[in-house]
Amino acid sequence: MALDLVVEHYVLLSGLIFLIGAVGFVTRRNVLVQLMSIELMLNSVNLALVAFNRQHGGAMNGQMFAFFVIAVAAAEVAVGLAIVLQFYRLRATVNSDEADGLRH
Amino acid sequence: MSVGAIFFAVCSVICVVGALSVVLARNPIRGAVGLLATIVGIAGLFLRLDAQFLAAIQLIVYAGAVVVLFVFVVMLLGPSAGFTSKAEARSKVSRIFAGGLMALLGALMLVLLAPKNPQKFGAAAEGHGSIEAVGGLIFTEGLPVFELVTALLIVAVIGAIAVARTQPGQRKPARVENPTLRLFHGPLLPRDAERPLSKAPAAQADPGGGMIPPTSLGKEQA
Repeated sequence: MALDLVVEHYVLLSGLIFLIGAVGFVTRRNVLVQLMSIELMLNSVNLALVAFNRQHGGAMNGQMFAFFVIAVAAAEVAVGLAIVLQFYRLRATVNSDEADGLRH
Repeated sequence: MSVGAIFFAVCSVICVVGALSVVLARNPIRGAVGLLATIVGIAGLFLRLDAQFLAAIQLIVYAGAVVVLFVFVVMLLGPSAGFTSKAEARSKVSRIFAGGLMALLGALMLVLLAPKNPQKFGAAAEGHGSIEAVGGLIFTEGLPVFELVTALLIVAVIGAIAVARTQPGQRKPARVENPTLRLFHGPLLPRDAERPLSKAPAAQADPGGGMIPPTSLGKEQA
């Protein structure tokens, strides 16, 4: 049986990666791992965008959106890692539970 | 199975294994390598979806910049970057959350994989996903967004430099100098139970001396 690839396969893979990223973001307490999980989620969204764009061939707006998502993700990583560095200087740990300076 | 299906299967296995290793690895360097594997796999899928330009951008920006930045920061922080908390392994909330999401994905799979008439990809148009086509679209229809993204990148770079260069003040946030504040410093969360409240009031702690002990305050609230 020849397996014909349809857009659903790509969306499923995208959903699986997004799920892994979301679970990682919620369950891990290491800020670095949490940032990487965010990257996973952004990547999976890009995959879904490009897959849908391929299905509705002709226009390439989906790819344009994925391009902008990549740009925003790069900006987010730059600022996020700077904040992680500063947080580490302040608390000497990367445990996100320690970031409770605004509590009370 | 056709060559394309095998390519899809290989790429998706690489993606999922990489994503799992990001979440499960105790060493964040391994996590970064897993992220790299996921990114390369997704770039391969982009190629398969006739998005050559995006595949190149994905490799340059993510594999070339983002992962390297992560590795730099992990190296900079040293061994303490590999922090794993004991609480995260036995957290019930995270298990329930993960299980719920898994169930949701299973339901999604049942809905998605039983389409009545699956719509196959048609033939791609000439030049679909090429640099000329996508670039032309970005500089015509997407020009306002493109300009906004350039502004965002400038702001992000300046912000990152400003945040990373500022020395945090030597003072830690003073927590319980104020005796009124001390009333509200009971262990609201169980993980704070053993944590010392502060140096000064802990030394002169007098349970009967007019001040409500924080432990009893916590019990009253619970």
